Amino acid sequence: MNATSAVVPGAGEASTTSVRSAKEEKRHSALVRLTHWLTTIAFLALLISGGEIVLSHPRFYWGETGNVNMQPWLNLHLPSSRDTVPTGYGYVLPDQNGWSRYLHFQAAWLAVGTGLLYFLIGIFSGHFRRNLVPTLSELSFKGIVDSMIRHLRFERPRPEEAWSYNVLQRLTYLLVIFVLFPLMIWTGLAMSFGFDAAFPLAVQLLGGHQSARSLHFIVTILLVLFLLVHVGMIFVAGFRNRMRAMITGRATPPAE
Amino acid sequence: MNKLSRRKLITTGIAAAAGASGVAVAARLALRHGLIPPDGRGLYGAGETLTYAAQRILNRHAMAREFSRSQISASPFANEVDPLGAEFQRMQAAGFVDWRLVVDGMVARPTSFSVAEIKRFPTSSHITMIGCEEGWTYIGEWTGAPLSYLLDRVGTLPQARYVVYRSIQPDWWESIDMSDALHPQTLVAHRMNGGELPVPFGGPLRLRVPRQLGYKSVKYINHLTLTDNLKSFGKGLGGAAADGGYAWYAGI
Repeated sequence: MNATSAVVPGAGEASTTSVRSAKEEKRHSALVRLTHWLTTIAFLALLISGGEIVLSHPRFYWGETGNVNMQPWLNLHLPSSRDTVPTGYGYVLPDQNGWSRYLHFQAAWLAVGTGLLYFLIGIFSGHFRRNLVPTLSELSFKGIVDSMIRHLRFERPRPEEAWSYNVLQRLTYLLVIFVLFPLMIWTGLAMSFGFDAAFPLAVQLLGGHQSARSLHFIVTILLVLFLLVHVGMIFVAGFRNRMRAMITGRATPPAE
Repeated sequence: MNKLSRRKLITTGIAAAAGASGVAVAARLALRHGLIPPDGRGLYGAGETLTYAAQRILNRHAMAREFSRSQISASPFANEVDPLGAEFQRMQAAGFVDWRLVVDGMVARPTSFSVAEIKRFPTSSHITMIGCEEGWTYIGEWTGAPLSYLLDRVGTLPQARYVVYRSIQPDWWESIDMSDALHPQTLVAHRMNGGELPVPFGGPLRLRVPRQLGYKSVKYINHLTLTDNLKSFGKGLGGAAADGGYAWYAGI
């Protein structure tokens, strides 16, 4: 046996490779890693600049119109960067809307471009089918409830989850990618007077300009909640390993 | 380097080269078709150019949404303006009979119009929404002379690309491209909601540009200049808002 293996060319090299792949395996494709971090940059820029923009009028309305002469459905009771907003605070914050709006729309282009790239390659590479769409057997009521209980107990993920997403992850990612992000882009575009001139239905279907603005804010809150749980779960699952997986694509399997 | 990664490297290289030349071609086309805004440079130039170019391609001939009479806001908000100057107050006391709207620059017949003359021009009305970049909105009916009518009257030269418009108030001016200047809904407005245009809302004359945010609808206008280049106005960014760090194109 020893003699045989000794004469096979490249046998040593092959065995190193197999040892390596047993220890470290591919978790995320280059597409997923690239679009993940581009989305992270765009999302944080949108969140910060969006927050700044809200401060110039931290009140929300339904329908087409809303201004300080009208009753909001939601008043954030935050200090404002405009002295025309009755906030109850005795001071006015500095106006940051110039750079905030520039950054918001530039980051929105980055988010949309990244989303298109992800969507197109995701379809053709089978990423959605393989990694995001749950199998029928996973979709059982018991399976989903079990998964929820494990999450609520902050249990570390099971060994098989080192290589693929569990059913709750799959459903959550599908919701974020195919419902919340598109809603964010839609409600954002619907607030644009130039865009609405070309596509009036975009804002009409949402119930009006101020409804679009309110929905844009509500979906932001949902995305921030997702972000908090997402980052929290990375700590539960092992921060170093998960971060390495999303940066290098490789992950160490959990100790048996 | 094995075969697979070499092939990957070559494909990535070709894709990157194609992407870079695609961007270069797009930039050249955008420049030729006037799709680069005056503030299309610097840190946020890329996003601003994409927004302006995309919207101009999509909405060049589109009309701002119009509303029914029943949707006119019962409580419009005028927003605050700096205290009006002594000259304004003198003209206001006299019923704006001395107010002139000067039209100069790239026109065949530089002229100035009185408010009374502008009120005799053919009028156009629309019930549209005005929205502030801060997020608030109201709906109103605006009536006035289409800007395109005034520009026809003074004989706009074909090389003109922008209309610069100035308020009697210091440091309050903006500019729009010819797509917005010749747009049928762009009005030199002198009436609002069936009455005279109230002073807090911009009377006697306000340029109403309903496909853009409220800060492009400058109040108390008294001067229009046609030009092919915005470099010699202010910081060269096309408006007081842009000079103050806001986007020149406010369609979003």
